[in-house]
Amino acid sequence: MSQRTPTAAPPRAPWSYTRFQQRFAPYLFVSPFFLLFAVFGLFPLLFSLFLAFHLWSPLDGVGNWKFVGFENFQLALGPTDMFWKSLKNTVWIGLLSGIPQHLVALPLAFIIHHSLRRFQGAFSTILFLPYITNAVAIAIVFATLYSERLGILNYLGGLVGLDPVRWLGDPNMVPYSVAAVVFWRYVGWNTVLYLSGLQAISEDVYEAATVDGANGWQKFWYITLPLLRPMMFYAFTLTIVGSMQLFEEPFMLLNDGGGSGGAGLTSAMHIFNTAFRDLDMGYASAMSWLLFLAIFALSMLNNYLFSRDGGRR
Amino acid sequence: MKQTAAFALATALLLGTAHAQEKVTLTVAAFPSLDSAIKAILPAWTKLHPNVTINLQAQQFADHHNAMTTALATGQGLPDVMAIEIGYVGKFAEGQGLENLNSAPYNAAQYKKLFTPFTIAQATGPDGRFIAMPTDIGPGTFFYRKDVLDKAGVNPLTMQSSWENYIASGKKIKQKTGAYLVNTAASVYNLIIRTNLKAGEGIYFDKQNNLLVGPDSARFVRAMTLAKQVRDAGLDAKIGEWSNEWYDAFKKGTVATQFSGAWLQGALQNWMAPDTKGLWRVQNLPEKGFASWGGSFYGIPSKAKNKQWAWEFIKFMTLNQQSQITAFEDNGAFPALIAAQKDKAFSEPVEFLGGQKARVLWRDAAAKTQPIDVNKYDSVADQILQTELTNVLEQGKDIKQALADARAQIARRAR
Repeated sequence: MSQRTPTAAPPRAPWSYTRFQQRFAPYLFVSPFFLLFAVFGLFPLLFSLFLAFHLWSPLDGVGNWKFVGFENFQLALGPTDMFWKSLKNTVWIGLLSGIPQHLVALPLAFIIHHSLRRFQGAFSTILFLPYITNAVAIAIVFATLYSERLGILNYLGGLVGLDPVRWLGDPNMVPYSVAAVVFWRYVGWNTVLYLSGLQAISEDVYEAATVDGANGWQKFWYITLPLLRPMMFYAFTLTIVGSMQLFEEPFMLLNDGGGSGGAGLTSAMHIFNTAFRDLDMGYASAMSWLLFLAIFALSMLNNYLFSRDGGRR
Repeated sequence: MKQTAAFALATALLLGTAHAQEKVTLTVAAFPSLDSAIKAILPAWTKLHPNVTINLQAQQFADHHNAMTTALATGQGLPDVMAIEIGYVGKFAEGQGLENLNSAPYNAAQYKKLFTPFTIAQATGPDGRFIAMPTDIGPGTFFYRKDVLDKAGVNPLTMQSSWENYIASGKKIKQKTGAYLVNTAASVYNLIIRTNLKAGEGIYFDKQNNLLVGPDSARFVRAMTLAKQVRDAGLDAKIGEWSNEWYDAFKKGTVATQFSGAWLQGALQNWMAPDTKGLWRVQNLPEKGFASWGGSFYGIPSKAKNKQWAWEFIKFMTLNQQSQITAFEDNGAFPALIAAQKDKAFSEPVEFLGGQKARVLWRDAAAKTQPIDVNKYDSVADQILQTELTNVLEQGKDIKQALADARAQIARRAR
């Protein structure tokens, strides 16, 4: 053991530019993101969590909130509350639009990739158009298509002797009408996703399969589908999250009430109405968090189904 | 109290002596088509107060009210004068963000008798605070197609006498002309629940916040029952308001009657169905029901910078007879000021209504309209009941059951 004498720390420069640069400049450079996130991301998040436990109308002014504990959550989870109905609508419209989206997008991408490769660029552009179309234009076009007395759909139906359908008036019809618009809007987006997934699959695998005598269907089922799994997981997750937060399409077609009997009232619309029409911010915040939990649970379920199936690999 | 006194003194000083020279910019936030009325009145104001510039900020209807709600919540970005539509005035009256015009220096109590009475109640909160001055009103009225009724041999006065006769006439109209009675059965429901309320009653709640909806409420049972009769007899066209079908029905005369505010005449004439000039008439609502159908107000945010001038401006817009008539001539905004309703323009025939002296009728209807108590949970109750009404009309749900369910749901939300 050697004797150690405590040595004095090297003298510190009180302030040096180099030292500042090394220690603090990186923080300064990344700070814009964190500042923006704190103001527009974190603060609203925490504030809505805070409000979920309070009764507050914005017209009462900041500070005049009343603590109510879990009352807002109990209210939303009550069996007769509109929240359940809106959640049911949301899931139903989500299934009606989401499942066909993938059932069409996947084979479509496969066909474009393998048979129509020359036109792939053109197809991608066309398929992507609905996704970037202005919402107001969509509302006007579909309102014209769906119009009961003046609409093109009922006119065409009438030519073949069908009775006019109340596309946006009959509560039983509303979810289908809304789902059709959602399907139209996002099927191209999913196709483009799958196309990019297909491009990542090596040609060698298909060539090997051709040599082994596999037909088109077998290639799709035994090669494309399994190798597309990561992209499918990604696309499914986006569809689930998007469907659960569905707002724009039903709002455009049916206005804020969600149409006849609220049959097209989605959870996001109900939350919007509760917050900005009824000015019940606490209840709206509580429902937002419940919706978040629902989305989280469904995403986890999706994750589980994909990973369990993938265990065979 | 001290603050009020100081403010009163400052106001007196400002208005009394100093203001002749000072340059002021007054921010006024409004929505269409009230902004058009303000623009029409501005020249007269500028003539009187050349040193006060009006900065008019107009946004679309919903955007304006959302922006005002947010501004009131945070106290930021508030205008000096805030225009408020009738659907929002009750909510804003329940908050504390607007000046109480009853108190000094405004002392608006002295002006209240100058306005159509029910508008004052609309702008008064449950605690008695009076937060906005009325500028225009929408007297409820009963539009009908004279040509269609003539063809069916139906006397409009019979339709007006009772709801039962209204429906009976509707059957006759449908049979003889093929025209529907009304755009949607919900119109009948919506009108019945809004008329013939007792003093101290709102549509859904009374003054003491008691819920009036339920299976025992004669008003709601009757409203749903009659709406159901209309639907079952196939008398409604099942079309919503503000839709292409609605405008088309006006143009083609496929719907014989429409309950609305007096303002619908202007809309029909200007853009909805100008070619139907002379075919329409109006009368009072069935069973002497009088109802208010729209209206606008002006209030002053407590955090406004120029309250003195804001108040001067509001007085000029609402209490000045010529301003009110200018607004009426500009876009048909029916004056809330009683004196303005006595202008000679009101006894002139309306050519679109076949030369009927409709404005006199609307003026009387407005005078007979009773104040309706508003409640901050009105919009909650409205949404729940509309859904239950659809259950009754579309799915054959029992009316008493629907009302019991609605009652339970509303009671949970109205805390």
